[in-house]
Amino acid sequence: MSEHTYTPSSKFGKWFNDRLPLLTLSDHLINYPTPKNLNYWWTFGGILTFCLVTQIVTGLVLAMHYVAHADLAFDSIEHIMRNVNYGWLIRYIHANGASMFFLAVYIHIFRSLFYGSYKSPREIIWILGMLIYILMMATAFMGYVLPWGQMSFWGATVITNLFSAIPLVGESIVTWLWGGYSVDNPTLTRFFSLHYLFPFIILGLVVLHIWALHVPGNNNPVGIDIKKPSKDTVPFHPYITIKDLFALLIFIIIFSGFIFFSPNILGHPDNYIPANPLVTPTHIVPEWYLLPFYAILRSVPDKLGGVVLLFASLLILLALPWLDSSKVRSAVFRPVYRIFFWVLMIDVFALGYVGAMPAEGLYLLIARVGTAYYFLHFLVVLPFLSRIEKTDPLPLSISEPVFTGMPKPELMRSDNRFK
Amino acid sequence: MDKSGKKNRREFLFTASYTVGAVGLGATIWPFIDQMNPDSSVKALATTEVDISQIEPGKAITVLWRGKPVFVKRRTPEEIADAKKVKLESLKHPEKDEDRVKKEEWLVMLGICTHLGCVPLSNKGEYNGWFCPCHGSHYDTSGRIRKGPAPTNMEVPKYEFVDNNTIKIG
Repeated sequence: MSEHTYTPSSKFGKWFNDRLPLLTLSDHLINYPTPKNLNYWWTFGGILTFCLVTQIVTGLVLAMHYVAHADLAFDSIEHIMRNVNYGWLIRYIHANGASMFFLAVYIHIFRSLFYGSYKSPREIIWILGMLIYILMMATAFMGYVLPWGQMSFWGATVITNLFSAIPLVGESIVTWLWGGYSVDNPTLTRFFSLHYLFPFIILGLVVLHIWALHVPGNNNPVGIDIKKPSKDTVPFHPYITIKDLFALLIFIIIFSGFIFFSPNILGHPDNYIPANPLVTPTHIVPEWYLLPFYAILRSVPDKLGGVVLLFASLLILLALPWLDSSKVRSAVFRPVYRIFFWVLMIDVFALGYVGAMPAEGLYLLIARVGTAYYFLHFLVVLPFLSRIEKTDPLPLSISEPVFTGMPKPELMRSDNRFK
Repeated sequence: MDKSGKKNRREFLFTASYTVGAVGLGATIWPFIDQMNPDSSVKALATTEVDISQIEPGKAITVLWRGKPVFVKRRTPEEIADAKKVKLESLKHPEKDEDRVKKEEWLVMLGICTHLGCVPLSNKGEYNGWFCPCHGSHYDTSGRIRKGPAPTNMEVPKYEFVDNNTIKIG
């Protein structure tokens, strides 16, 4: 996995490691050289690992009490909430945990966008991350269907119907996904099966994601290559572990705030009405973390066009390392990119907002402008900008500005911009 | 036999083996894919009989057929006239009203928006037919798409009048 040689200190450890080099992995949790300037935006990898483990553990427990059947699912959720010991707590952790998971993953992704962590040599890390993200959305969507409330049922209907836009085979694919002619019991049972499976695929991808990370090592806020180990690095333990733990603690406090004080604020009241195939709720919205994509879907007045843009908006992210060819990673040294980064951020937030609103009037206009900018950002702005942008000078090392008495690199840029 | 003949024979054996292997693999995978298609019990519920004697003019009922809502609407003379006077050129999915009904008083169709499958609300929308709350598609009194993202008219299922008071869907 790396060039480091690791020798366990105990005799048994050495004997074991010679036969199965499992303990060498621990070296990656202890001595692994990490850039010394990592800020708190870098703590979300650890937080996400915590989220995944939390979802798997609580999900495992919920599956012991949940019944995957169209007639029983809704009641079994109420059974968990009312009868099962601490069932309310475990379910609220699981339901809010999904939201917290996405909150963390969005911060993690935007951190990567700001500091250019997707760039060479970290393209594979980025692609694995995007696959994890897409699988997360699929998992969350199927999980939301399991309580078999009104939003579960109609969310499942709308999302699976996206595939009916495919010419010729669309209808057959949807029937195949449903196992019938509408969303019904066969759909519920297969969603349950897949909802149980996907987190373990995600876990596998997370292992690959971290493995791929440990080949080049972490990017850092300055975005330059560093020698490892050197004066620019610190050992992972205790420096990074303690920082990650502190951030995790803050995260858990916020998480607990949701669980104990407003466990349903991120959900939709309609999902406490049992699924009814005859009545569609008057206002269907997906969970908050899918809203920007929902806005993109609805911004197009054509069924196939909307679905194509929805999937394109995700797939385009896989090509990001090649769309942005600037050699400078960190936005700290890219004065123009930095502006567009914030524009994209605002754009995604705006799309999320209009995704929750009815698709009409001004909302629809904002959704269309927002969708246009989203694609322009990745397909026009980034390729063009990365070729013409005049970047600020990079320091030679993380320590250089400090040792040579220069101010912080973040401050340095303002002196250089107009030279 | 010379060397090239031997080589050809070997290549043939390779190709034949790969082919048999690929067919076998495909035949093995197929049951695992097809098990997700509608099963026999789902297919068995293919017809539904509906008593329509209690429906007043202007009213509609919704019945379940194959898990899908079906609208059975007794249209008023005005609604029929509305549906008939529409010019075909102005329609996104041109269909004559006559082709969508068996008796012009009775409109029977799947109550499913052809956009993404929601159930439209009746007597709503800009054409006094149906309006889909999910993404804003408007249908007229013949269930034809007039405005919004839905690509086609609401589907008319296979049905027949068993007698004057009963229809059989499917």
